[in-house]
Amino acid sequence: MNWAWFYRLGSPLWFYQMTTRWLPWLSLLAFVLLSAGLIWGLGFAPQDARQGNSFRIIYLHVPASFLALAGYFLMAAAGAIGLIWRIKLSYMVMKSAAPIGAALTFLALFTGAVWGKPTWGSYWVWDARITSMLILLFLYFGVLALQYAFDNEEAGNKASAVLALVGTVNIPIIYKSVDWWFTLHQPSTIKLTSAPSMHPDMFQPLLVMILGFYCFYFVSLCLFTRVEILRRERKTAWVGELAARSSNVVEEGKQ
Amino acid sequence: MKFQFQDVSQMLNMGGHGFYVWSAVVVTLMIIIGLIVRPLRQHRIILNQIAQDVAREKLRKRAVGESN
Repeated sequence: MNWAWFYRLGSPLWFYQMTTRWLPWLSLLAFVLLSAGLIWGLGFAPQDARQGNSFRIIYLHVPASFLALAGYFLMAAAGAIGLIWRIKLSYMVMKSAAPIGAALTFLALFTGAVWGKPTWGSYWVWDARITSMLILLFLYFGVLALQYAFDNEEAGNKASAVLALVGTVNIPIIYKSVDWWFTLHQPSTIKLTSAPSMHPDMFQPLLVMILGFYCFYFVSLCLFTRVEILRRERKTAWVGELAARSSNVVEEGKQ
Repeated sequence: MKFQFQDVSQMLNMGGHGFYVWSAVVVTLMIIIGLIVRPLRQHRIILNQIAQDVAREKLRKRAVGESN
């Protein structure tokens, strides 16, 4: 079997060139989907019979929560690939996923809080779903902190990857928390195994928002990873040439 | 599909839930923009730093070459 593609996938130069070509299109797609989904969800989706207009927060809360969880899986998987195959790029992806995941987990908690106030009468309750999401936030912080806790970059990579992998225990707990414990949080609206428990008029804009959030997530992940590539590969010839080409500082040096 | 509100002020009010809905929207947009702008700015800064290093290295090499 030919493994060349696998190793090319791990090449920072290849990743940088590919993202230079594809990022504008992916960004455009993210922008269109998010704008359309937001206008549709906030202005055109019918209001909920019981919750009124506060239910519109679902169009932000659910996509943010989805990506907070999916992003954790991605971060842990990148860490595992780094540990097993020692591919440099996968550690860079892992490190880049941490701040994005932390921000999205915070967003899920925040949108949940402002949705909880009009619906449950409280911004915060210590229930299973919310508490396990808070633990997710701390796991992201932990991975971020471990990256900077070591003088040796390699040691920081390994420690973060191990923490990320151990922390995946929390993910099924978050998913199942609404079924295992009696909580205020409603069970999931969208399931892979059955039709959504939502009217299509409400569900379609949600689907657009989720797709938009996925696109945005990958745009942001690529942007953070590109910074990390430049930082870690700064001594290589191609980064030097790239920097010289895209900056006018060199011109002064030539005089 | 029809617009659910009579006018802009009604949409801002969201049937009394305006504060909750719009604060969620504002924070979401701030985080999305932040997660795009921050790496873009870092990218520019680090590229400039590397370019300076490269230029300095070139000057140093030339100086060494002339003195030999």
